[in-house]
Amino acid sequence: MEKYARQREVWDRMADAFQPTESQTSVEPLADRSGKAGVGTQPTPPKAQATPINLVGRREALQHMTQNVLAGLTLALWSSQPRAVEAAASELEALELPELPPPQPGEDVLMRMMRDLQRALAKPKEQRHWVMVIDLRKCVGCHACTIACVTENALPPGVLYRPVMEEEVGTYPHVARRFLPRPCLQCGNPPCVPVCPVHATWKGADGIVVIDYDACIGCRYCITACPYGARSFDFGEHHSDNAPHRAEYDMVASPEYGQFRQRQGQQSPVGNARKCHFCKHRIEKGMLPQCVTTCIGRATFFGDANDSANLVSELIASPNVMRLKEELGTEPSAYYLV
Amino acid sequence: MQRYEQIEPMEPIIGPGQTYATITERISSIPLTDLRQTPRGWLVGFAISFSFLMLFLISILWLFARGTGIWGLNIPVAWGFAIINFVWWIGIGHAGTLISAVLLLFQQSWRNSINRFAEAMTLFAVACAGLFPILHLGRPWLFYWLIPYPNTLGMWPQFRSPLAWDVFAISTYATVSLLFWLVGLIPDFAILRDRAAGKLQRQIFGLLSLGWRSSSRHWHRYEMAYLILAALSTPLVVSVHSIVSLDFAVSQLPGWHVTIFPPYFVAGAVFSGFAMVLTLTIPIRKWYNLEDFITMKHLDNMAKVMLVTGSIVFYGYLMELFYGWYSASAFEQFMVLNRMIGPYAPFFWALIVCNGIIPQLLWFKFFRQNIPFLFVFSIIVNIGMWLERFVIVVISLHREFLPSSWDMYTPTFWDWSLYIGSFGLFFTLLFLFIRFLPMINIFEMSMLQFSENEKAHGREARRVQLAGDTPEPAEMA
Repeated sequence: MEKYARQREVWDRMADAFQPTESQTSVEPLADRSGKAGVGTQPTPPKAQATPINLVGRREALQHMTQNVLAGLTLALWSSQPRAVEAAASELEALELPELPPPQPGEDVLMRMMRDLQRALAKPKEQRHWVMVIDLRKCVGCHACTIACVTENALPPGVLYRPVMEEEVGTYPHVARRFLPRPCLQCGNPPCVPVCPVHATWKGADGIVVIDYDACIGCRYCITACPYGARSFDFGEHHSDNAPHRAEYDMVASPEYGQFRQRQGQQSPVGNARKCHFCKHRIEKGMLPQCVTTCIGRATFFGDANDSANLVSELIASPNVMRLKEELGTEPSAYYLV
Repeated sequence: MQRYEQIEPMEPIIGPGQTYATITERISSIPLTDLRQTPRGWLVGFAISFSFLMLFLISILWLFARGTGIWGLNIPVAWGFAIINFVWWIGIGHAGTLISAVLLLFQQSWRNSINRFAEAMTLFAVACAGLFPILHLGRPWLFYWLIPYPNTLGMWPQFRSPLAWDVFAISTYATVSLLFWLVGLIPDFAILRDRAAGKLQRQIFGLLSLGWRSSSRHWHRYEMAYLILAALSTPLVVSVHSIVSLDFAVSQLPGWHVTIFPPYFVAGAVFSGFAMVLTLTIPIRKWYNLEDFITMKHLDNMAKVMLVTGSIVFYGYLMELFYGWYSASAFEQFMVLNRMIGPYAPFFWALIVCNGIIPQLLWFKFFRQNIPFLFVFSIIVNIGMWLERFVIVVISLHREFLPSSWDMYTPTFWDWSLYIGSFGLFFTLLFLFIRFLPMINIFEMSMLQFSENEKAHGREARRVQLAGDTPEPAEMA
């Protein structure tokens, strides 16, 4: 119980750190899932009964107990997990928006995106619309973004948030290769959301489609519903599965959604659907998504499309923009420059 | 002349020489046999089924220990055997409801001898089907979150998801089928209670018969309740598999996003259900000498139903191909080509042969009344219907929109063991059923005997009348 209380404390601190505005902290957990207001930066964990049991009536206590009987299983699993996360969590918590130098001619485009990002973070969450723009002419197919993403989110084998797809065009000897990095496109009208039978995934106010790992029961309907194959499933594999010892890099807690979950046994996110979330935990701390920062050709751009001064708004306005499978009506938030 | 044809003796739906007493005796003697005199064949069959049930349990244990990664699933093919088996089993269940409810409402009295058995088959098939979506989950211990119940977690199902509809469709179906079956058993429990030799047997059947004393008031209430339950079950025949088909049709995947799915799935369900009834009744009527109750007429009728539903299903296959081409969408066209010449093409062509071409033989009476053929045929159709679900689930998923994410699906040992193990559950329940409960409706058979006698008398009277060339009263005037 003591361990659990301590974990609650840590969790609450992390939750505070990830609440972007005051107005959203009051949103009820259920309303949170509806995807309308405020909206889930933070998947809501099961709430423990804070009232000491001798202060409530017997009847009430019994009610609480019975209501928690079914919840108990999950709570037990959740609380028995030793999450060596406090250090990482407080490190992330302590991060503040970096001080950026004034704009200079010829500076790295990342600097401009960072400044745009800070400007967007100053706005209320509902007024942001995160988009990604990928310049296919600049992509050299190095897969660095894929690997950076795997490292950042501590992804197990079989789970890729941002693969780079390759295609050979033409006939030999006149062939060329094309590369298509594919993050989650964070659709405006996501086909994966309405099919989830337990409201475990929804579209946030800032345009990012998130997953509540605690709520997801792993039916994989969203995976089959996504026409882009952007969702994958955590089958519980580890990179060091056939090695004599579980490697340390397999035990790194993933900072996704600021939750620092360690993959162990069958605890979330094992058995959950997983997807790219534009490194939500990073952007809320003023950092660009890891794939953007890593891109050696500066082919990936990220920013707030609701801000006309933003770099991505300029890029989207260019004539050579396309989105994947517009005819399906999914309204993706990822644009490609061709 | 036409008048004469009308009174030609019809094919009997109950064997000659049966009386009320012999019907009751023959059927009730099977559950009332002393435990020590259980037929050896039953014991062997039960032992085999039970060992498969154990395989099922081991597979589930391993699944819970290791997660769904033990199956051949991968990322484009995130749905595999679990969903295929789920749809397959739920389809098999449909024949029971069709036979018991729809044919009751249409007053097809020939159904009386097979309805109890078919309903039991429905229940056991639904039991198997209901397990698979739960086993399919990545975190199966949380399946109850699909049920809307007040809780402190703030969990509530998403009613826009067909998977949430499935929960209601299947639980309603299971409940109504169970009620229908149990209500239909009450008068027979009373018969068994009255005929039971041992005290324990008498007490158990007495408890189950809920104080049935065959008073006319009991019969009146019973008939009403049974009819109401039949009326409730009838829409379920259509709704359950329609909703199951929406699991697929709601997705935008080529091969799933098809408007004909609901009727085509319902027809397929009835088709596979009748196939399973044939597979089971043909050996059972032989082993238990029930040829007088499940006659050639029954087999012939079931074959006719299968011909109709099989043709609807075949039409569905052809329409899928046609619309794939007619859509002028590159993805739909590719899906069709991939089915026909892709890596899983043998499955598709096997499906066409099993479900499309072979059932056309049933146009001929020779095949409809050839028992060995019907038995083999029913198994072919069962395989074909399983292949149909394989084709829909796997072939559509494994090569979807983006070629770079294509992959193959190779079932592992645990995929197969769970599927084969589910037969263990099904047949274990079925063996227990045929041993301990009356597998044919005793009182309905007696009623059938009564009405058959009446009809026979009527026919006889007409024949005497015509043979004597007595002028009709109307002609005299």
